[in-house]
Amino acid sequence: MRARVFVTLKPSVFDPQGRTIVDALQSLGYQNVADVRQGKYFELDLATTERAQAERLAADVADKVLANPVIESYRVEVD
Amino acid sequence: MKFGIVVFPGSNCDEDAFHAARDLFGQEAEYLWHKDADLKGADVLILPGGFAHGDYLRTGAMARFSPIMGAVRAFAERGGPVLGICNGFQILLESGLLPGAMLRNKGLKYRCEHVHLRVEQTDTPFTGAATVGQVLSIPIGHGEGNYFAPPDMLERIEANRQVILRYTDPAGRIDQAWNPNGSVNAIAALCNEARNVVGMMPHPERACEALLGGEDGRMIFESIVRSPKGFALQGAHA
Repeated sequence: MRARVFVTLKPSVFDPQGRTIVDALQSLGYQNVADVRQGKYFELDLATTERAQAERLAADVADKVLANPVIESYRVEVD
Repeated sequence: MKFGIVVFPGSNCDEDAFHAARDLFGQEAEYLWHKDADLKGADVLILPGGFAHGDYLRTGAMARFSPIMGAVRAFAERGGPVLGICNGFQILLESGLLPGAMLRNKGLKYRCEHVHLRVEQTDTPFTGAATVGQVLSIPIGHGEGNYFAPPDMLERIEANRQVILRYTDPAGRIDQAWNPNGSVNAIAALCNEARNVVGMMPHPERACEALLGGEDGRMIFESIVRSPKGFALQGAHA
């Protein structure tokens, strides 16, 4: 199965890259882009066909390695 | 006193730390490869600067899984003095040996320059030779030194007097214009609750010789060398 892991900075954490990008977009004329938050996206190929197992494995990897819980949160999608 | 300098693939300040400990302060020093679990009888550990394992995911994220980190953690828990410099600080944060996390510098630039640091606390193995309020000039060199802790954690850190150094102006006043990376509360260095583990973004090992532009980093090494072994160890090898 395949898992997609989205890691983003928590809303309370300042995102210097997102801020720079939104500033750039607005200076390009995209005034309606009010804010940008940048994150990380991972695609995991999992050697399992069981959905529940895939979800557990992806969450485990995200928890322990892909995200730092002090500053980041994550979301997992499996298919 | 014997210094153990931990070497990860990608460490690049290990030789500077080794040089300071052995050549400038006349101490024993030994490199500790990250795949070993043996601290070789070191009395004090330094996790040096660099880019451990490449820092591709997050700074320090992979280094915390290196085999030697189990021994480092056990040494720290026994009260052994551990100093993380720059990337070493980031590794201590990712390992949970120090609270908080690092973000990209506020201005997104890699900052490589001398900064002014006010000494906040002297009851650690690495600041015992300083005086509170003293202003040091020590270089930084990092892209991710924007220290962050959530409000409740930050409150505990401040209440426990865990902030060791803050970025200030040359007179020792806190001023956002002199905060090179946007660190919360201008934090440049902090210790754990037991005060034996210290992380700092500035590089004291690069400021131990006048030839290199300054000697204020000597204070950190003098503190270690001068601290009575009993205080430094507290049974770390028991």
